[in-house]
Amino acid sequence: MISFEGQSWIILPLILPLAAGLFCFLSRRWAFALSLTAALGNLLSIGVLLNQFLDTGPLTYNVGNWKTPLGIALRIDGPSILMLLMTAVTGLGITLYARGYFAFRIAVPKRIGRHERQERFFWPLWMTLWASLNGLFLSADIFNMYVTLELISIPAVALAALSGKPASQIAAFRYLLVSLLGSLSYLLGVVFVYKTYGVLDLVLLSGKTASGAGMAALALMSVGLLLKTALFPMHFWLPPAHANALAPVSAILSSLVVKGSFYLLFRLWFDVFASAVTEPMVNILGTLGAGAIVWGALQAIRQKRLKLLVAYSTVSQLGYLFIAFPLAYLDMGTHWGTVAFMVLAHACAKSAMFMASGTIFLHAGHDRINDLAGVRSYIPVTVFAYAIAGVNIMGLPPSGGFIAKWLLISSSINSSQWWWGIIVMIGSLLASVYIFRVVSRFFVIPEGYKVPDRRPHSPLLEWPALVLALIALLLGLIAPYPLHILETGNSLFSMVSPKGLPL
Amino acid sequence: MITNLLYSFGGLMLFSMGLFALIACSHPLRKILAINVMATGVFLILIATAYRQIGTGEIDPVPQAMVLTGIVVSVSVTALALILACRVQETSNHSLIQRKKDDFTRTGT
Amino acid sequence: MNAHGWLLVCILLSSFLPGIVIFALPEEKTGLRTTLNLCGSVMKIVLIMVMNIGIFSGRIYEISLPVIPGVVLLLNADPLSALFSTLSSVLWLLTTIYAVGYLEDSPNRSHFFGYFSLCVTVTIGIALAGNLVTFLLFYEMLTLTTYPLIIHRGTEKALRAGRNYLIYTFCGGGLFLFAVVWLQTITGPASFTTTGFSSVLLESHRTQLAAIFLMLIAGVGVKAAIVPFHGWLPQAMVAPAPVSALLHAVAVVKAGAFGIIRIVLDVYGVENLSRLRLLPYLNIAAAITVLWGSIMALQQDDLKRRLAFSTVSQVSYIALGISLVDQPFAVIGGLVHLVHQGLMKITLFFCAGNLAETLGIHRISEMKGVARRMPLTMAAFSIGALGMIGIPPTVGFVSKWYLGLGGLAAGNWLLIAVLAVSSLLNAFYFLPILTQAWFGTQTAPWPEERSFGRFETRLSLLLPPLITAVIVIVLGTLANAQFSPLTWVNFIIRGYGL
Repeated sequence: MISFEGQSWIILPLILPLAAGLFCFLSRRWAFALSLTAALGNLLSIGVLLNQFLDTGPLTYNVGNWKTPLGIALRIDGPSILMLLMTAVTGLGITLYARGYFAFRIAVPKRIGRHERQERFFWPLWMTLWASLNGLFLSADIFNMYVTLELISIPAVALAALSGKPASQIAAFRYLLVSLLGSLSYLLGVVFVYKTYGVLDLVLLSGKTASGAGMAALALMSVGLLLKTALFPMHFWLPPAHANALAPVSAILSSLVVKGSFYLLFRLWFDVFASAVTEPMVNILGTLGAGAIVWGALQAIRQKRLKLLVAYSTVSQLGYLFIAFPLAYLDMGTHWGTVAFMVLAHACAKSAMFMASGTIFLHAGHDRINDLAGVRSYIPVTVFAYAIAGVNIMGLPPSGGFIAKWLLISSSINSSQWWWGIIVMIGSLLASVYIFRVVSRFFVIPEGYKVPDRRPHSPLLEWPALVLALIALLLGLIAPYPLHILETGNSLFSMVSPKGLPL
Repeated sequence: MITNLLYSFGGLMLFSMGLFALIACSHPLRKILAINVMATGVFLILIATAYRQIGTGEIDPVPQAMVLTGIVVSVSVTALALILACRVQETSNHSLIQRKKDDFTRTGT
Repeated sequence: MNAHGWLLVCILLSSFLPGIVIFALPEEKTGLRTTLNLCGSVMKIVLIMVMNIGIFSGRIYEISLPVIPGVVLLLNADPLSALFSTLSSVLWLLTTIYAVGYLEDSPNRSHFFGYFSLCVTVTIGIALAGNLVTFLLFYEMLTLTTYPLIIHRGTEKALRAGRNYLIYTFCGGGLFLFAVVWLQTITGPASFTTTGFSSVLLESHRTQLAAIFLMLIAGVGVKAAIVPFHGWLPQAMVAPAPVSALLHAVAVVKAGAFGIIRIVLDVYGVENLSRLRLLPYLNIAAAITVLWGSIMALQQDDLKRRLAFSTVSQVSYIALGISLVDQPFAVIGGLVHLVHQGLMKITLFFCAGNLAETLGIHRISEMKGVARRMPLTMAAFSIGALGMIGIPPTVGFVSKWYLGLGGLAAGNWLLIAVLAVSSLLNAFYFLPILTQAWFGTQTAPWPEERSFGRFETRLSLLLPPLITAVIVIVLGTLANAQFSPLTWVNFIIRGYGL
């Protein structure tokens, strides 16, 4: 007897998308309706959980009443509920967009069969992926996190290959190999942890003192996760995989999937192994992050295709997340705040950008940046969405990206590491170059431009991107709420671990 | 204790050999096999940890559960990798070994 | 926060909402669009007048939104914001009327007027910002909303100008952001006050505060077009005339100058700055800009480019006056020039636009005898030009008079010399235009003449410059009247205890 009192709500984010995914295999006709129901139900249950969480603090739930270590525990604290919320909102947007996207493609007379097949496989894969992502954020121990990481990889790779083009399949194969290598490295780290400490639970682990084997474990797990997060110079697989996928898939991969492994990495470094982390370690990650910001942005500036530009922009933006490591190390207390804003804003903005690029591709038939002039005349909403998302990526106020940038710079000055702040500034200047390279084309309507015959499309193709971009833009104005959530949640770890000492 | 160490060391060896093969070999099938060898290495270490207290006959059940889960994951992932490798061979008309560079930069929706 | 604070929000919304609606309007709904625009701008003026009266009677307008610890968005109207927002809103109404006429049959008007409204919204936001973070917010948004206006024509040249504009302003904005964050880590989240931050901090953080001051000034100096950050301005002349008028007289350049005023008076404060001894540098930079702009203007044949360099020169009068911050007369001269320069420069740009739109005249060498064809336009132009030179009874004279008094009182001979030389240069580059236009004889047919019936040009193009020209004269003669800019500036500086 399942009662939906209290903490049982915690399993809904797992069950709903998973069930929807399974049923989607059975019926193509109901696939979208099922997925939408799951997405809405998921949003609702996360709302309820958020409410409970704000009342009572972190929640734990033992599945089937089995106690750890053999049972599986689910847990929610501040960062994890924020990640769940991010996935729920972005995921809902992507679900709606995907409907418009596939409907538009299926309406093309040629190759209907192929497009229908793509849609048929998209829904179950996407729902499974969603369930796995939620699973990752809910997991309370590092082994379950390994399982969810693998469960994320499988549908993610399948989705990346969905477009059926050779380029996308080669990219997907490479993505799979990198992802497996990352998972195995992580798993080896988990084994070391278990060998050394005999526990897997995150909170219990955070109470242990660091040892040599523990450091080796952290190193192995980190390398694996860095591969999956595509930190420079391990980013080589990301641009082809993200740029060659179907537009809704690119949005999923870029805005959600890389965030999963990053979330886990940040958790390990600052909540679980906080006592083991040393300054040279965080500086290495910071340096790689700085490399990612500059390299990714320079590559984005060089691209001729819109989707590749957006994909390289992801490489660059992920760099900011790693700049946060050295800053969080010396300026404790703000660490989740900075990262949370970065992640939330980037998830919304980047998915909006990929959706907009997809719509542009569908309508214009290509995504050559230099030939995009005039697009504004027939898909103005999409162009607007792209521009607003760009404001976020550049980190201009009042966007969430701005808040993140502000926090990064202010903690870089507070902890006397101003050079990270300068890198952040350089990064956003470079970002404005690649954003405006595209946006300036949008604003222009060449003389004598004839608006091409516009194929009708559902509003779902345009509006989800705009709404997500606006959410990212206005995130700066509602900043106190995410911070409040984080403050409620951080207590879980600070009770146990000896970290949190400022300088 | 010696046995335990031996297993762990063997597992590490397997893991490193697999890693080497994954990087060095270019054939997709070999890469998939290399991944499997690495996974086996990890499982070997894991199963060795279960054998904790010699003499008492008590065996830690947690690593065993983990290995079982790991094997299931590994099998399904291998299946996915194989089907993907086959698909690449079919659609691209040339094997992964001699792929052209521009295949990686071409975009599509 | 108080109930009056919502008035400030309404002031912002009065142009923001029309802007959003205009974006959604189809291209051919000209009537509705114009009505919306005019209603919005009239409403804004009315609201700002209500605010001004409130401020004068000592009411406090303030509304805030906390964002993250240390970052609060704060709107707060003080007499200085009233000065700038009144100027912007009045000139916006006139520019809107002008733009409606100017763009009567050009494409993409929804797009244009949408951004036009947003641009004014953020300019007013800059005026009403109550702390540096809020100022920064609107300052960056100003860049974004003016960019589409600059590249409105969509030509390669326009795109290049837009790109340069972005490079300059984003670099400036980045520097500004860094400085603001840095300042906040030292002073804490401070809103604008008449005394600046606590002078105790000066003991412990002297070098940092000096560095931050220079970064802040450089950051806003980009928009204020202080040499060497002025490169974008002449290029931005490719924009349509109403945009140039707006950029030069109301929005961008003025936002930069206003930023300098805010930083000097409200962030650092008179006392702190005189102890830091940094203002002489600002003084010299402004002096160089004044002279450089004038010299460059002399060499231009393109009318709009000459006006652009003249802007570079004239806006730095404001910085020049502010840099002598302990001399009340100089500060009065600088502050009042914020308004006066706006009025004169917008007149000149309107007239330049009329010449281009009616006769196709873009170059000064084509202007021989043009006053006979367009007497009213050229009359307005002449008033603006004489004002720039500083001839009484125009407002330009009032500004220069006070600046000169301030320079004398401070014994700052540099300022006096700069004033004299630049007035001379102003005369050199404006008087030939006037003599040619009035007394020259037409040698070649007008490049591209269009006829507009009864008047010399379209009425909506003719009225705005005439109105501003009349204001230039009236405010010059009645400078001491109740509610003239000069009186208001006196009211402002009383608040600073000068």
